[in-house]
Amino acid sequence: MSELTDMHAFSDIEAEIEAEIEADPARKKLGVFFWICVGWIALNILLALTANLLPLPNPDLGNYNGPQNAGPGWGHLLGTDDLYRDILSRLVYGSRVSLVVGFFGAAIGMILGGIPAMISAYRRGRVDTALNTGSYVVLAFPALVAVIAIVSFWGHSLWKITLVIGIFGAPLIFRVVRASTLSYATRDFVLAAKSLGASDTRILARELLPNIAPTIVSFSLIAVATIIVLEGTLAFLGLSVQPPTPSWGNMLYEGSSLLSGAKGQTNAWLVIFPASAMFLLLICLNVIADKLRAYFDVSEIKL
Amino acid sequence: MARYIIKRLVLLVIIILFVSLASFFLVHLLPGNPTATILGPNATPQNVATVNRQLGLNRPLWEQYFIWIGHVFQGNLGQSYTTHQTTTSIISQAFPIDLELIIFSQIIAFAIAFPMAMHASRRPNRLFDQASNSTTFAMLALPPFVIAPILVLIFAVHWHVFPGPASYVPLTQNFWSNIHTMLLPSIVLALGSIVVYFRLLRNDLISTLQEDFITMARSKGLSDRRIMWRHALRPSSISLLASAGVTIGSLIAGTFVVELLLQMPGLGYQLISSVNQDDYTVVQGITLFVAVAIVLVNFIFDFLFTIVDPRIARE
Repeated sequence: MSELTDMHAFSDIEAEIEAEIEADPARKKLGVFFWICVGWIALNILLALTANLLPLPNPDLGNYNGPQNAGPGWGHLLGTDDLYRDILSRLVYGSRVSLVVGFFGAAIGMILGGIPAMISAYRRGRVDTALNTGSYVVLAFPALVAVIAIVSFWGHSLWKITLVIGIFGAPLIFRVVRASTLSYATRDFVLAAKSLGASDTRILARELLPNIAPTIVSFSLIAVATIIVLEGTLAFLGLSVQPPTPSWGNMLYEGSSLLSGAKGQTNAWLVIFPASAMFLLLICLNVIADKLRAYFDVSEIKL
Repeated sequence: MARYIIKRLVLLVIIILFVSLASFFLVHLLPGNPTATILGPNATPQNVATVNRQLGLNRPLWEQYFIWIGHVFQGNLGQSYTTHQTTTSIISQAFPIDLELIIFSQIIAFAIAFPMAMHASRRPNRLFDQASNSTTFAMLALPPFVIAPILVLIFAVHWHVFPGPASYVPLTQNFWSNIHTMLLPSIVLALGSIVVYFRLLRNDLISTLQEDFITMARSKGLSDRRIMWRHALRPSSISLLASAGVTIGSLIAGTFVVELLLQMPGLGYQLISSVNQDDYTVVQGITLFVAVAIVLVNFIFDFLFTIVDPRIARE
């Protein structure tokens, strides 16, 4: 009798596994949209890297014999701004600011927040409690206000902005990485590795890291997007890299300051193009993060 | 419950201490020192000594901090170097604008997000749900500094529905023109909140509507409307209300952007113009005020929702 129920239970499990395998191919697809977004971001990065090699006019200095506030056309693909500068060229050079601050800022946050988080979640104890409280304390401080204050006192160079934003991103990354490490730190396979005499470094790198990697990857893309928004806001407020160096945020501000008509001119393109560039970059980052999360089945509840 | 509140209170004190220390030390990030910044390059040693004494910079750092924090508790945040207005009066004139913007935008956000989420969750994954889901997903990629210029371009410059930049009218001067000028910036702020509120409420409503007590209500023959309003909405809105505190903190970025764009003299506008004029005392004062305000709002919301939903305290 008991054998029979065992058999039943066994076949039930077997059916479940089969169902899972059947369902798998459908779930394990990233979709066309995902790859379009990857392509768009790759194109952005490529253009930003090779901007100097491309046949683009000087982004900081306009051609005063050329048209002013021109719409899109053959001479200037996306038109020119109020200072006769080529908008496409400024967009391409401006993408450097967003991409550098976004990716390097997230990297700094990962190093300052992610690595301590893994160690602290694995070891626990007082240091963990202290770091955890510390992350709450820093997170309570509104990041934008803090970054505005620090940058306006300290200076507006690209690396300072990246560093400050990275530091303020660290506690958020700390919380996410800590939570996902915690969910694995007490599992049996970690215990098994420990009892086999594996070193802490080995457990962290070979047992825990591969498990939390999907969470980290999809979350770090959200972090990049969040940081790009923060830098863009800062640039819109005139507190990021200083003109004439272009950034999408300061281009948007220039475009919208013309909208009032106070300077006797308006240029809608100077709002439309940087806004579209920002929107496309952000939505692509969000789509990639979203699809990866679904692909790796990282539920938000785990975070 | 009591233990939870005490724990939160201790954390609140630590956070405010940290915020005050951070604001105090901001001044020391200045290249050189504050005295040099105030006096400029042509300072005589005598002037430097006088200003140092005035600012108390000749004292040890910890003493400076306690003197400063003592002044702060008396409502003295220093004064502007350019206009000689006190920082406190600048803040008290600017703050009502931010408050009005935030309240107004939240009313709009709730008025739109609630019906939208209720309608979407009634038939999950059908046309309306999918459309509003993908719209709000796209709107996640439209931060205030992107959407605000576009809305100004469309509604103020192109269609003249709303007044453009530099047309702010104080509430005390003319109520209706004030509302008219406040509408566009409030909509910008509301859009961000709508996205968050809709997504939270929709997800919670969908899972609530699958609960047994809803099936029970259905089988009793209650109308869909009654089930939604009387049975499903309340248990589903707790996580939304709990997130409202955090959302209000993140509204700050939006208020700063619309104030600068539309030249409304709120806290963000004052902060940015003080930064541009190197008016560091005002920058420090506004930073401290905004940070403490956000921390307090978060704390109050946390506290309110532990009363509404005691489960939070147990977690």
